[in-house]
Amino acid sequence: MTVEAPAPAGSPTLPASIDETETLLRSAGYIADRSLATVLYLSLKMNRPLFLEGEAGVGKTEIAKVLSATLGRSLIRLQCYEGLDVSTAVYEWNYAAQMVEIRIAEAAGETDREMLGKDVFSERFLIKRPVLQALEPDLGGAPIFLIDELDRADEAFEAFLLEVLSDHQVTIPEIGTIHASQPPIVVITTNRTREIHDALKRRCLYHWVDYPTAERELEIVTTKVPGVDDRLSREIVAFVQMLRAEEDLFKQPGVAETLDWATALTELDQLALDPETVSDTLGVLLKYQDDIDRIKGSRTRQMIDDLRREVAAGA
Amino acid sequence: MTAGTDTTGSKTPPAEADPSGRLADNIVYFARVLRNAGLPVGPAAVVDAIRAVEVAGIQSREDFYWTLHSIFVKKREHRPVYDEAFRMFWRSRGLIEKLIALFSPTAPPQPSREKAKAGAARVAKALFEGLQNPTEVKKPEIEIDATLTVSGREVLQKKDFAQMSADEIADAKRALADLVLPLDRVRTRRLVPTSRGRRIDPRRSLRSSMRAGGDIIALRRRDPDEQPPPIVAICDISGSMSQYSRIFLHFLHALTEHRRRVHTFLFGTRLSNVTRQLRMKDPDQALDACTDQVEDWSGGTRIATALHDFNRLWSRRVLSGGPIVLLITDGLERDSDEDLAREMDRLHRSCRRLVWLNPLLRFEGFEPRARGVRAMLPHVDEFRAVHSLGAIADLCAALSGRAGREETEPRAWLSRADRKAAG
Repeated sequence: MTVEAPAPAGSPTLPASIDETETLLRSAGYIADRSLATVLYLSLKMNRPLFLEGEAGVGKTEIAKVLSATLGRSLIRLQCYEGLDVSTAVYEWNYAAQMVEIRIAEAAGETDREMLGKDVFSERFLIKRPVLQALEPDLGGAPIFLIDELDRADEAFEAFLLEVLSDHQVTIPEIGTIHASQPPIVVITTNRTREIHDALKRRCLYHWVDYPTAERELEIVTTKVPGVDDRLSREIVAFVQMLRAEEDLFKQPGVAETLDWATALTELDQLALDPETVSDTLGVLLKYQDDIDRIKGSRTRQMIDDLRREVAAGA
Repeated sequence: MTAGTDTTGSKTPPAEADPSGRLADNIVYFARVLRNAGLPVGPAAVVDAIRAVEVAGIQSREDFYWTLHSIFVKKREHRPVYDEAFRMFWRSRGLIEKLIALFSPTAPPQPSREKAKAGAARVAKALFEGLQNPTEVKKPEIEIDATLTVSGREVLQKKDFAQMSADEIADAKRALADLVLPLDRVRTRRLVPTSRGRRIDPRRSLRSSMRAGGDIIALRRRDPDEQPPPIVAICDISGSMSQYSRIFLHFLHALTEHRRRVHTFLFGTRLSNVTRQLRMKDPDQALDACTDQVEDWSGGTRIATALHDFNRLWSRRVLSGGPIVLLITDGLERDSDEDLAREMDRLHRSCRRLVWLNPLLRFEGFEPRARGVRAMLPHVDEFRAVHSLGAIADLCAALSGRAGREETEPRAWLSRADRKAAG
């Protein structure tokens, strides 16, 4: 459909249009909306990292997994946490082996200090961590590099990523610069528990992953939870959408929670929502006691009545 | 300019955007509109946008929208602005439709330039219309001392602060350097080199040993780093606090400059986040930006509502990393106590330490009638009162003073107040 830019060598399987991107995701059971497909297509085409922000459980991490599965690329995942540093994220030297090397050199009577320094800090002794692994050439094409929940790492860590994200390279003082022959496909996710620095965001294509519309969510439920009753799934989605519209909830349920709930109710052999079971299983959807207390009981009954009326009016 | 003359020499469909064509110009103008509307759009983003449109092509309005969106929008908050700007800029000119139909190289450049500016003006107007509020009250002569009065009424008005003098700035810097907040050092999980730490730093040990020829390996050490925790300040700017607003804002501005992670929120009847505004280097400029952002200066107070908004909308975004929350208010509140207590409890449970700084409440003036105070006190970790507040130094002293437990412990305050009321 759109203009075919000269495809980068070695990536023949990348989708050639936004439509194809949407189909590709759908083929792996990921129902994306048009905005997400567009930004994903662009990030693949322009070799730019994709920066996904959104509430927990809207399917940010899933994108990387689906990409890896559909494109047949390996997935390298870096889970961020506070205190994450170069030696766990980028590279580390194998100190024990280095010391043995020094000892051997001593025993052999080698005295060339320059050579010894070069030997000890050579690639043989380098332990590659996820960032460096992502830059390695891969037979199946450049890997998918998932940097998950970046907001959990402290600010100092963001700086390590800048070089990798913009130039696809890592500089190791003792060796030099390691450059990726094929830039990896980078997906960064954050839950927005803090703001990521603008310098990092600038290097990426940004996208806010929103909760899906009722229509799309219904599609997701029927794709992801096989065997769920048609009427039940309709009611589940309507109920969850109503919950999200509630003003005072501290944490709204995500798509992951909807899927869990659909599975739970199917396991309980439910064919339609009834206030009792909903109240009993609210813990699957809502994770704060205040929220559960607010919705439990009479509010649940009222919401179910409302949605029945809506369905009746719509039908 | 015409289709098919690009370097690849391939046959190009008419939808392709030639970077040298009108489209590139228009994207540049569009970026300028966005910049005027307050989006941080740099020149690099413009180049990216043109490339993105080249890559994606223009197939439909929606695709074009999302293509530019992926480049220009870096924050969720920017989406409405972008949306508005896109709608006005591209619809008013019917440009996309034209581009899809035929990429016209002969379109005269002049009209498009003018229209782009008109679009910018309209977007700017649409954006800033809300600020020219009809209820805006100018009151240079009449000074109403609203101290110690409580009101939940919403009054939207702007405020002008006296500019900061050079001496004041210097004083503030000096005072802030001495500021030590309670529990001000927090151990992080990041390791830093130290001379006599408890853990061995193998990398530095080996490197230094290599430098000396590898004969001796002298062990280097490292230890967890200690950092000041983030600070979140929630500051009351209602009528009863108006005489202190300037000093608090200057204090928070200096604090933002002094430390890395400071978030500031102001509330009267509504809550506004002024963190970005306070990051401006110049204190007067920063305060001006704040006054532009906030509409409820010196009006009523709704502490419970403001805290509720904070808990719901912001707590998850700014309360990471175990921050100290500075709540600056006089606690004179009209909302129901139950709500206030609940919101305070929620806030208290999501931060490392909740410090309430109260500029008005002296022990002598404490009346059990101020029920808001009673609802809030049980939920704070530390309660600090400022008895005279003339300069930032006073504020720093009140916050960093190593006051005994007796003075800052909120429960002790309450019981003393009760004794006083009884006797």
